[in-house]
Amino acid sequence: MKPTAFDYVRATSLDHAVAVLAEHDGDAKVLAGGQSLVPLLAMRLAQPTVLVDLAGLDELSYLRADGAHLEIGAMTRARTVETADLVAGRVPLLPAALRHVGHVTIRNRGTIGGSAAHADPAAELPAVLRALDGELVATGPGGRRTIAAADFFRGFLDTALEPGEVLTAVRLPAQPAGVRVAVQEFARRHGDFAIVAVFAAVELDDSARIRSARIAVAGADQVPVRAAAAEELLAGRPPTPDLLVAAADAVAAATRPTDDIHAPADYRRRIAAVLTRRCLEQATAARAERSTAA
Amino acid sequence: MSTEITVRVNGVPRTAHVEPRRTLSDFLRKDCALAGVRVGCEHGVCGACTVVLDGRTARSCCTLAVQADGTDIGTVEGLADGTRLHPLQEAFWKHHGLQCGFCTPGILLTVQELLADNPDPSDEEIREGLSGNICRCTGYQFIVDAVREAAAVLRAETNGHATG
Repeated sequence: MKPTAFDYVRATSLDHAVAVLAEHDGDAKVLAGGQSLVPLLAMRLAQPTVLVDLAGLDELSYLRADGAHLEIGAMTRARTVETADLVAGRVPLLPAALRHVGHVTIRNRGTIGGSAAHADPAAELPAVLRALDGELVATGPGGRRTIAAADFFRGFLDTALEPGEVLTAVRLPAQPAGVRVAVQEFARRHGDFAIVAVFAAVELDDSARIRSARIAVAGADQVPVRAAAAEELLAGRPPTPDLLVAAADAVAAATRPTDDIHAPADYRRRIAAVLTRRCLEQATAARAERSTAA
Repeated sequence: MSTEITVRVNGVPRTAHVEPRRTLSDFLRKDCALAGVRVGCEHGVCGACTVVLDGRTARSCCTLAVQADGTDIGTVEGLADGTRLHPLQEAFWKHHGLQCGFCTPGILLTVQELLADNPDPSDEEIREGLSGNICRCTGYQFIVDAVREAAAVLRAETNGHATG
């Protein structure tokens, strides 16, 4: 048995889950799909005294078009979100990004809430939430609150969730009809953790100038990086090769990578620039229509 | 603490008491004697432990047995129809896509899902589909050959049923 011993509670309601978490005061962990948590248990990097399994809470598994937002219940599986027409139509950056999450087998089990709450800085979903100004909905002993993605991701595997809170949903603003999206990820094989990944959503106006651009980078800091300076540089300008290179350099300058066993910091910064340029070329190409190529 | 679970494994109902920390892979191998479930990396990288959980593939080493309570589980032992091999198994045998065979059960179940989702994949799509299953013999070319042929056989079977 690789994990240490723990108790297991299958929550019968959201209130039940919150109550069990409160009872254990920080020693309990929420189990969603388990695709990040179970490996942590196997390596004994996580040693909770109790796991609170949300699997029985069908009310946390849904896709809902809610006014100008898409709301996704925390227990919705990544594969469900990736293949849903409702998501492709409203937030096309999301399925394009989810195609890079592990492999199909992992996306079958992994959940949207689990990925967001795990807050791996190399993960795709947190970067998409940052790029699109998403929100996270949490319920705790004090009730329900909504947290902006900008405030939610605090550090490596660290979020603004309090120990007694359960993440119940993520919310993303529906994107303008003509938005063009691109995802470029560099990993050692398809499905591995990103060395660096760049996510872009670009709107062009009638004269093919960039109306707005949203860019986020995974794998280049302790949290997903939003590249605001590059976005400002691009807004209102035609996508010339020189401009895209300048924006790519601005994105690289916004990153704060560290050296690790997989890549030195300078290498990551350089890859961030190259992937950003490729994303922007793809998203502004004359024939790009909701481009989602890998 | 142990918890009672009830599952169906390859169609056979089974009730057992398991510790919460028991992985589904250990449950299937040790409690159900299904050695076709292979345990390689035990943290979700190698794909050898792949099983089918309620119709979709899952890593059994990254699933706790308690999470599987109430589910329908398929392993490689359920793939053949009695003594008649599944077309995927036939193709792997014919093209020598097995090599040492350790990764084969997980690959067969992964490919079965791939072909159900995409009956006519390109070589690139086959390789991407296999990217979650590590073969330490590095025998991927024969595996890709086998998948391509199995896809054609399965398409012909489907068309035969459709027209016949």
